[in-house]
Amino acid sequence: MVGVLVGNVVEAVRGIPDPEIPVITIEGLGILRSCVLDEAAGVVRVVITPTYSGCPAMRAIEDEIGRVCRAHGLRAQVSTVLSPAWTTDWITPEAREALRRFGIAPPGPAGAAEGPVSVTIGRFGSGRHTVACPRCGSEATSVISTFGSTACKALRRCDSCGDPFDEFKAL
Amino acid sequence: MSDNETSAAYPPVAAYLLGLGDDALIYSHRLGEWLTWAPVLEEDMALANVSLDLLGQARALLTHVGSLDGTGRSEDDLAYQRDERDFRNVHLVEQRRGDFAQEMARMLWFSAYQKALYAALADSGDEQVRAIAAKAHKEVRYHHDHAAQWVVRLGDGTDESHDRMQAALAWAAPYVDELFDDSPVAVAAAVDAGVGVAPSTLRTTATIAVEAVVAEATLTMPAAPRWRSRGGREGIHSEPLGYLLAEMQHLPRSVPGARW
Repeated sequence: MVGVLVGNVVEAVRGIPDPEIPVITIEGLGILRSCVLDEAAGVVRVVITPTYSGCPAMRAIEDEIGRVCRAHGLRAQVSTVLSPAWTTDWITPEAREALRRFGIAPPGPAGAAEGPVSVTIGRFGSGRHTVACPRCGSEATSVISTFGSTACKALRRCDSCGDPFDEFKAL
Repeated sequence: MSDNETSAAYPPVAAYLLGLGDDALIYSHRLGEWLTWAPVLEEDMALANVSLDLLGQARALLTHVGSLDGTGRSEDDLAYQRDERDFRNVHLVEQRRGDFAQEMARMLWFSAYQKALYAALADSGDEQVRAIAAKAHKEVRYHHDHAAQWVVRLGDGTDESHDRMQAALAWAAPYVDELFDDSPVAVAAAVDAGVGVAPSTLRTTATIAVEAVVAEATLTMPAAPRWRSRGGREGIHSEPLGYLLAEMQHLPRSVPGARW
């Protein structure tokens, strides 16, 4: 019985939903860096990394990993690393599609944020790449605020259908 | 806790990092005070987001200080159990919340400074400092961008917003030198140890970033200030810090060990 439970634990940890954006998993978001089962010790060693330095969801994620491992009769050993720094480029194609369907525009390439800046106000602004409206697909969208409902999102508006929407900021 | 006791507990490298951590912590607190007071709801959220990034940076830096200084103090011990004289932040970040233009002037300078700082610390000889800096650098780029947009919007806006933004730059000017001051004793030691960077080496990069925004905003760089803040890195603070700490530290000091 224990063996059956143990066998699924790594998959179960990978499948834990992000507490703030539950349509994607912590693996799809790229914050699960590794998950290794030490069956002899009865321990699952999990390494996670925060999206932003101040991400308030880290504790909830850690608690959930602990809960999932206990449900499999195992103990979780969770460590948090800062390096290499998380980037939105680690978000998987599947997670990007899930974000879009959920109404959040997926991030553009992180490297582009260092490049030349297109104009929002003067030479400074955040319209660094084309962001399509997740609802109607129009590429005519504009930034309302670079800081949205969570640290990782900007708030935009579709100039075609008029709907406001979140954009996952490239980082 | 007396000043002498705690000062003695800091090896120079920890003392240097304590200054960076305290800058982030105190400015995070000041920005948090904007909640419900910003000009628009989106700005409440933006300032809270910047505050949260800085709080995360402060947590990482203070945790590292606690591991380096040999006292085993946690981030919470350092944030809540020190007196004013034991804080090592610059005066710029502890000043009371002024009008919105002043906040954007402060954020413009502070984010320009932090951008240059964290870029330089990405080559630190301390692995944890490198990790914290590489992550934080990505965040403060957004802070600088945010402040830049507002400074341009206000500077190149109405006569009233232009004048108030110009006045705000003059308000911030006396606090700028302290950001780039090499004289605090911990600085040389941290540089010698290969962990820190001399603040003066960040000045050109940060100033160019600020000047570009000011020019775009149709504003002018203020005249050289007639006085300059100093002493924050040695624990000599201006009046507002004591009031800030009284509020920030009230609960953990009144109810030691409180959890929620």
